[in-house]
Amino acid sequence: MTTVSPSVEVERKTPFWKRLGRVPWTWRITIAYLTVMLFIPIAAMFLKASTEPPARFWAIATSDIALATYNVTFVTAIFAALLNGIFGTLIAWVLVRYDFPLKRLIDATVDLPFALPTSVAGLTLATVYSDNGWIGSLLAPLGIKVSFTRTGVAVAMIFISLPFIVRTVQPVLQEMEHEIEEAAWCLGASQWQTFWKVILPPLFPTILTGVALGFSRAVGEYGSTVIISSNTPFKDLIAPVLIFQRLEQYDYSGATVIGIVLLSISLVLLLAINFLQAWARRYDSR
Amino acid sequence: MTVDKPSFHSSSGSDTDTAKPKEQKSWVPIVLIGIAIAYLALVQYIPAINVFVQAFSKGVGPFLSNLTRAAFLHAAWLTLLLAAIALPVNTVFGLCAAWAIARHKFPGRAVVLSLIDLPFSISPVVAGLMIVLLYGRNGWFGPWLQAHDIKIIFAFPGMVLATAFVSMPFVAREVIPVLEEFGKEQEEAARTLGAKDWQIFWRITLPSIRWGLLYGLILTNARAMGEFGAVSVVSGNIADQTQSLPLFVEDAYKQYETEAAFSAAVLLALLAVVTLVLKEILERKTRIKDVE
Repeated sequence: MTTVSPSVEVERKTPFWKRLGRVPWTWRITIAYLTVMLFIPIAAMFLKASTEPPARFWAIATSDIALATYNVTFVTAIFAALLNGIFGTLIAWVLVRYDFPLKRLIDATVDLPFALPTSVAGLTLATVYSDNGWIGSLLAPLGIKVSFTRTGVAVAMIFISLPFIVRTVQPVLQEMEHEIEEAAWCLGASQWQTFWKVILPPLFPTILTGVALGFSRAVGEYGSTVIISSNTPFKDLIAPVLIFQRLEQYDYSGATVIGIVLLSISLVLLLAINFLQAWARRYDSR
Repeated sequence: MTVDKPSFHSSSGSDTDTAKPKEQKSWVPIVLIGIAIAYLALVQYIPAINVFVQAFSKGVGPFLSNLTRAAFLHAAWLTLLLAAIALPVNTVFGLCAAWAIARHKFPGRAVVLSLIDLPFSISPVVAGLMIVLLYGRNGWFGPWLQAHDIKIIFAFPGMVLATAFVSMPFVAREVIPVLEEFGKEQEEAARTLGAKDWQIFWRITLPSIRWGLLYGLILTNARAMGEFGAVSVVSGNIADQTQSLPLFVEDAYKQYETEAAFSAAVLLALLAVVTLVLKEILERKTRIKDVE
């Protein structure tokens, strides 16, 4: 491990290749690893896509089947993330503000979807929500089918994205000062008014950040969704599964084009989350 | 431009609030706690309990006989092997990256941070696709690899690449904040006293980041053993050859061998339980340290 003296920042005048020789080896390993594992693969994908004529790229990206998968993927993921935005915030609120038996255990198990391999999640969700499963058998008489439908995809996405919202909102709630709430109460606000007018506004950007993180994860999710979905085109086929199917048919350009669409959306979301967090921080600096 | 991902540390929840509004309704907390637990039960608890119940539904005998099948044993062996390779490689990278980022101020630092996080936001299927486009038969290195008779796609090396890719960010992400907090005064003091670089690392840096590092290792291992999407794309999912445990679970389920699927799923669920327990222990440890 070598530390570089700050003089490196000053030596703007020395030519680039001379400075390169003095780059510490920790940097070299970092850059080499990132290049081999991340930059070259991403470059390969974009180059592969760029060999397609733009017209053909567009035709594949907006083919009927592709559009249908975007619809299933993104609309379902938005639904899952928003629902978790509400319930995840509620769970974070309950964990921060109230004391009840087994609270520590419940708090610790919120992270289960991170630790549980996605194929196991898919397997057990598909079983529980199937027509003769524990929960599915209760819903079947009502005419609600979950497993092997789009609703099942939503359940898998809800499962996978819930911890993101809870763990984003929780620390912020933890640090929120009670004084403001108490002041609101002293001025005669009801609990409900206090929540809507005092607690929620500063919390809103944080909740939105959590929703965006959860959405981003739900869009890319493959393991649990592929198992619980019937993967029927135009019904509940999601974009990652379509990529997989194209690869199985050795249709590399088809897979790449849809992959680029997904990757671009991931990158846009990453930027959006950055801005959301900057917005959330504005509230801290008051 | 950094993305601070949510820190998945549970709260201490030890703040007792004394002030209560005049009209504090006693039923509100109970209803809210009820809704929260009901939601978690529907989404998480019932499915989690279901894994264990299904696996032992026919008793321990069939469960154990499922665990001695050749395909299963091979999948378990591959899973351990994948984690055993991905873990040290990503630890070395994570420590180097954390050191480079936390110890230097440079323009574009935030961009590098976001880049390290990228594998976290890329869909695993897209990650697998990238590896196929590079090393597959029609990929960039395809002709060269064929000329030298090296198989990466539909073989073990591809699975290693996919696993290493998806578990890349964890160590770096957990160690960076610890390194930044710890500061470099002690390291510099040691340096002025004539300590060598590796002495400084072993005796000063490593002890101070050990909990953060351990935390990162646990998360890396859980992801490496549990990865499905990326590995599935590059491996071809050939039973007895390129099937890790998560792939075995899906394959058995698709072949209507639900029992075998759940037997393997229980092991992976136990891995998840161990991961969560270790996380909780580490969080308590670091919290106690914080209090000091």
